[in-house]
Amino acid sequence: MHESQVKIYTEDLNLFYGDNHAIKNIDIQVQENKVTALIGPSGCGKSTFLKTLNRMNDLIPYVKITGEVYLDNLNSYNDYDIVELRKRIGMVFQKPNPFPMSIYDNIAYGPRTHGIKDKAVLDEIVEKSLQSAALWVEVKDRLKQNAFGLSGGQQQRLCIARVLAVEPEVVLMDEPTSALDPLATLKIEDLVQVLKNNYTIIIVTHNMQQAGRISDHTAFFLNGEIVEYGATEEIFTVPRDKRTEDYITGRFG
Amino acid sequence: MNREHREKIYRVILFASALIALLVIIMIGGFIFGEGMPIFTKYGLDKVLLGSKWQPSNHIYGLWPMIIGSIYTTMGALILGVPLGVLTAIFLAEVAPKRLVDLVIRPAIELLAGIPSVVYGLFGMVIIVPAIRALASTIPAYAEDPLLSSGYGIIAGSIILSIMILPTIISISEDAIRSVPAEYKEGSLALGATHWQTISKVMLPAASSGIIAAVVLGMGRAIGETMAIIMVAGNAPIVPDSIFSSVRSLTGNIAIEMAYSSGEHTKALFATGIVLFILIMIVNSFALWISKRGLKNA
Repeated sequence: MHESQVKIYTEDLNLFYGDNHAIKNIDIQVQENKVTALIGPSGCGKSTFLKTLNRMNDLIPYVKITGEVYLDNLNSYNDYDIVELRKRIGMVFQKPNPFPMSIYDNIAYGPRTHGIKDKAVLDEIVEKSLQSAALWVEVKDRLKQNAFGLSGGQQQRLCIARVLAVEPEVVLMDEPTSALDPLATLKIEDLVQVLKNNYTIIIVTHNMQQAGRISDHTAFFLNGEIVEYGATEEIFTVPRDKRTEDYITGRFG
Repeated sequence: MNREHREKIYRVILFASALIALLVIIMIGGFIFGEGMPIFTKYGLDKVLLGSKWQPSNHIYGLWPMIIGSIYTTMGALILGVPLGVLTAIFLAEVAPKRLVDLVIRPAIELLAGIPSVVYGLFGMVIIVPAIRALASTIPAYAEDPLLSSGYGIIAGSIILSIMILPTIISISEDAIRSVPAEYKEGSLALGATHWQTISKVMLPAASSGIIAAVVLGMGRAIGETMAIIMVAGNAPIVPDSIFSSVRSLTGNIAIEMAYSSGEHTKALFATGIVLFILIMIVNSFALWISKRGLKNA
């Protein structure tokens, strides 16, 4: 695991919801331009961990976080302005969540928020982002139409395009295909494979086959801890920990 | 009595209750129209609606001053009350700590809704009217005219009405903002938008139909308000040419004169009621239409 740069790493990261110790002593190094999958049974803390990386947990009252998260060797919680951090770390959610506005406005929302007003520049960003998200061909003739008219899979690719429009370096994906049919899922998976050339991707998934298909590294979460973290191939073929093996072979979860 | 039979009786009782509400509205409407319509037929729709003189002793029944009076005070109330109400709703839904809202602010707003309108009127007479009178006295052109310098008039009416419609606007807008899906907010924040950008660019547009419904319902309340507006508006049946001017609302027209009117004069007051009835119906149907449309879009 030393073949590329470390993009994000954590040191002794803990998170409490009130008295509930939801994630415990997480030390993980995420490689740049790789796909890192977080797997584990429901409630194991993998989504919660993902949200510590772009500080989405800040929204929830009674959350206490100890330990450190670093992005490019700078502390995410101390050295970054939260707006800057979230610009650099985009997020795609479990349920496609386009805004109730046109396709164009959805994509332009982020850049506009960050001060871009020039129509020509916005046009270019919108086209580029939609192309990167493999959606351009399908929507280029109806950019002004409401995003809710798209299918679930298209909506999710729209959300990915919306994230890409702010030119992040890291893209977090929280079970991005769990609400989609197999065909739409396949398209997102193909997309992830392409995107990793330019972005560092961390994806939470319930779907073990998916983790196996698309990720370079896999972390197995259980009860808030990382049981095992390593190259995906190794995790799936020669797991070191008995619990990992039991989970992967479907004995629980 | 078997179960099926009992169920049937319950259904009949429920249906009858609903029917009574419907009957009452039809009866009130029919009664007002029956009593008031002769004025329109005798003097002509345009003369009554657009006539700018109200002199019952001379058989002149122009309702225009009161229509304008209701419109001005209502618009004034919206200009003051809507920004205040919507900003408060945003504060309650998005910014204020939950405990502060539940323990202090929400009970206060509910109390505001429960205060009898005559008390609002008193407050207006003692606090607001003198303040406006003091202000008017600094305008030389107004000082000599009692209709402009008394402090009673459009401004005082608008201020009192704006306070009275606040609870409606706040609570319905707050509901609308709270029912914006959390996914929109998360999506926006995750893109690096600030909280305020998220509120103004995503949440408020998504809540707009609910907020418009709140405004329209507040408007209905302002048009229909009677006691408080009588106490602070001055009630001169004139078409106002200044926001300091004394003004009479449609509601005020009926309430002030009904007690001593007779014959055709009484019918003219019923005609005032018809105008009010139709105005309120239009406003409420609009509110209903807006909120239904909002539900469909959500």
